[in-house]
Amino acid sequence: MKLIFEKSTQGRSCSILPPCDVEQIELKEGLARKTKPDLPQLSETDVSRHYTELCNRVHGVNNGFYPLGSCTMKYNPRIDEQMAALEGFTSIHPLAPDYSTKGCKAVLDTAEKCLCEITGMDGMTFQPAAGAHGEFTGVLLIKQYHASRNDTRRTKIIVPDSAHGTNPATAAMCGFEVVNIPSAPDGCVDLQALKGALGEDTAGLMLTNPNTLGIFDENILEITRMVHEVGGLCYYDGANLNAVMGVVRPGDMGFDCIHLNLHKTFATPHGGGGPGAGAVGCKAFLRAFLPGSAIKGHEGIQVRSFAGNFLVVVKAVTYILTLGKEGIPEAARNAVLNANYLMRRIQGTFEPAFDRICMHEFVLDLSRFKEETGVSALDVAKSLIDRGIHPPTMYFPLIVHEALMPEPTETESKETLDEAADIFRELYELARKDPDYMKSSPHNAQIGRPDEVQAARNPILRWKRT
Amino acid sequence: MGSYIPSTAAQRQEMLKAIGLEDFRQLYKDVPGEMYLDRELDIPSGKSELEVCREVSSMAAGNKVFPTVLRGAGAYDHYIPSIVRYIPAKEEFLTAYTPYQAELSQGILQSIFEYQTMVCELTGMDVSNASVYDGATAAAEAAAMCRDRKRRVTLISATTHPDVINIVRTYCYGTNDELRIVPAKDGKTDKEELRKMLEGGDVSGVYVQQPNFFGLFEDAGELGQIVHEAGSMFIMGCNPIALAIMKTPAECGADIAVGEGQPLGMPLSYGGPYLGFMATTAKYMRKLPGRIVGQTTDSRGERCFVLSLQAREQHIRREKASSNICSNEALCALTAGVYMATMGPDGMAQAASQSMSKAHYLAKELCKLKGVSLRFKGDFFHEFLTDIPKADEVLKALEDNGILGGLPVDGGIFWCATEKVPKAELDRAVSIVREVLA
Amino acid sequence: MNYPKELRYTKTHEWTKEEDGAYVVGISDFAQHSLGDVVFINLPQEGDDVKSGEAFGDVESVKAVSDIVSPVTGRICAVNEELVDSPELLNSDPYGAWIIKVADVSETGELLSAADYEEFCRQED
Repeated sequence: MKLIFEKSTQGRSCSILPPCDVEQIELKEGLARKTKPDLPQLSETDVSRHYTELCNRVHGVNNGFYPLGSCTMKYNPRIDEQMAALEGFTSIHPLAPDYSTKGCKAVLDTAEKCLCEITGMDGMTFQPAAGAHGEFTGVLLIKQYHASRNDTRRTKIIVPDSAHGTNPATAAMCGFEVVNIPSAPDGCVDLQALKGALGEDTAGLMLTNPNTLGIFDENILEITRMVHEVGGLCYYDGANLNAVMGVVRPGDMGFDCIHLNLHKTFATPHGGGGPGAGAVGCKAFLRAFLPGSAIKGHEGIQVRSFAGNFLVVVKAVTYILTLGKEGIPEAARNAVLNANYLMRRIQGTFEPAFDRICMHEFVLDLSRFKEETGVSALDVAKSLIDRGIHPPTMYFPLIVHEALMPEPTETESKETLDEAADIFRELYELARKDPDYMKSSPHNAQIGRPDEVQAARNPILRWKRT
Repeated sequence: MGSYIPSTAAQRQEMLKAIGLEDFRQLYKDVPGEMYLDRELDIPSGKSELEVCREVSSMAAGNKVFPTVLRGAGAYDHYIPSIVRYIPAKEEFLTAYTPYQAELSQGILQSIFEYQTMVCELTGMDVSNASVYDGATAAAEAAAMCRDRKRRVTLISATTHPDVINIVRTYCYGTNDELRIVPAKDGKTDKEELRKMLEGGDVSGVYVQQPNFFGLFEDAGELGQIVHEAGSMFIMGCNPIALAIMKTPAECGADIAVGEGQPLGMPLSYGGPYLGFMATTAKYMRKLPGRIVGQTTDSRGERCFVLSLQAREQHIRREKASSNICSNEALCALTAGVYMATMGPDGMAQAASQSMSKAHYLAKELCKLKGVSLRFKGDFFHEFLTDIPKADEVLKALEDNGILGGLPVDGGIFWCATEKVPKAELDRAVSIVREVLA
Repeated sequence: MNYPKELRYTKTHEWTKEEDGAYVVGISDFAQHSLGDVVFINLPQEGDDVKSGEAFGDVESVKAVSDIVSPVTGRICAVNEELVDSPELLNSDPYGAWIIKVADVSETGELLSAADYEEFCRQED
């Protein structure tokens, strides 16, 4: 389809603003730009049709099954959107006087109270705008804590090799040396490797539990105890909290600080990549190090202007109040049930990397399948697109080769899971009959496979008038 | 209670049975008994949609909405065309994930490619990323882009928004790098001090806000020259509405242009979601953090779009990545794209020049009042700082009349006007101030 | 897979040879093959010091990045700038597409013969 710039017609416009009703001031010559920006010139019909055409080329959760592992693509309730669009929230200036923003404070207080209870934490900030941003904030809590005790030897953060890439990247951004430790074959922490890595230079450990293979680490209490014993702190990456919310709490596992992805676990939409909200919670002894806002007089750290992605918090609060104390653990249990059910329905064709009960997601290991058929995890993913299913996460975690990681979430019905399992099984058969067809998939998508090598070798990153 | 689980109780039992389990507890057999939560959460019981709607609406009603806003300081109350509210609410855009699967995501990828182009047009730069969290984190990411092994120090002008300074300071604290503040003189960056501070040869990048925190235009071209003479990189943090008419960062010689994109169609929303935009020259393309969409062709030879240059990013480079950013503000970038497409080059210029004109009108009228004067001389855009007696009373009187006045700053008031406020409303505000001062 | 006899190799998959008093360094056929299509290379600057066993640059494919580790300690006396515009040469001609030349070499790391390196790669594959 055409780019919006290719639809532009010189002199066309939408009618939005009235004429200026005060004396018009012009910028002095040295301050003014030489030429106007070459933005598209369109009627409102043009704009509306263009974006409708674009949205017809997007697969969202509302278009169909979206089992993208580690991303928790659950249904995003419409009421959450409606509440976040209330004028009483959207028109509030972030620097309005406190007496006029009591409603916003009520939202943030409710979110903090509920999420602290769900995670076993004592304090929380909503300033971080995304999960990785939350990690940055959380690891800075650890850094400030050690600094406040003049404990300057602690220069290392331990990260398992199965971790999300954001973990090591975060530790590096916080000035720590990253110590990667190998995982046990099931992705759980190798206690011997952990022991070997721990020492008086350990600032902390970053961990996801359930881990990135969808397995709950049963040694978790021992792990956090070992880190605390040498004086380090434990950071919980909340990416996988959907498996356990209301069932077991990071605070009770021994974690000192955590981040939550409100855009995963608490049903706020992903918006094609954001905005998210990466709330950070901590135990009482770290509360003094939480970020604040300089323009409101705070002197400590700050990771984003004002109060963060406030409207995302409104959506999460609406969701939490809807589910309540009964619905939160129920959602987790059914997320786990759905994952196990789908895994068992697929088993016998594509094999799980671990034949055991999984949490909210599981990893299929297609390496033997690829050897036998020549069809790779990527080919299976692209073939799923032809069947209307968004592919699972591919080639992650790195410790499983030819990995596909489905995460169905609790908001999918048994019927959807049955259909998906049947499609997986069909593709397993198809790979034996017609591997070339799968290798050239997708066949029914709006585009064929894109040439990513060309895109990276000769980057074209903007449109230019020719 | 509310629930979004479609499977019936009977189906759940059937599924449990199919996986060989009797009850839900068995799903959590790996969770040690001593930490398994054997009690209810201490949060309210779940509610129906109607009840939740009432409860959250009543929280919203606990806020006071000011129909007129004369306060800016980093968050600006511009008019949002109706279509800009509707398009990003389309479910496909709203509920999709990051466009990793290009075959299912052309709509999002193309919208980002178009947004990148618009940011390049606005700033004059060569390359834009797909967005970062907000203007302040964009500044911090830009400062990190400038550093190399030899040059580690970042300079930031004292005329920058205090939150931006604090956030850049926080990121510097993370990487153990030094941040030094270039002092202000008469409300603008002190050029002589800047020159001196660059002498050591250890400065990687210098950040200047345009227009600056006090609303004044900096001599950006000259500052850029001073910075480049010392071999450092020049970062400009720009107001995107002002960019429709003011000299671009490219024309000022900036190496990196960033800014807070909220004025491009995002409501105030008590601080977010907002949008960090970030653009640079072709030379520094591969140092730009975050997601970037590129054009390529598909297996059928047609033009299509993909996430490109991913080898810079954390999921591949891990601890060697220059940034950990993953999720960004894609839907806000879409919003900004729709805003810019709707306003067009002329509408954007109108929004900018009307905002500036109204601010100048308000300043002129306020300064006719006894005891009110501009604290700084110099050209300003749509914000200005006045010295004014009885600042607290003035603001209170305005608020009682539905007007959120300027921000109290150092005993003065820092005002902002946008195209949204009609002249009659500005006159009403001035008469309220006049009454208090009389 | 090609393992020219006249070259020496590292376990991190670089090759090197002495030529006119300098060590020429590139990445092996095995390395380019496991990376896939190379799309970009981060090169050091002429005059930079390199240390045996330490990275001096990296190569990117679409979905991976790999450090290039120096086999020797010395000073870079030439950089193959052609690779900036044509990184695909590393795929099409890994032994022709040299990356850097190192002079004033004071130390070399563990270097394998072609036969030993071939055996090492076979085990790693």
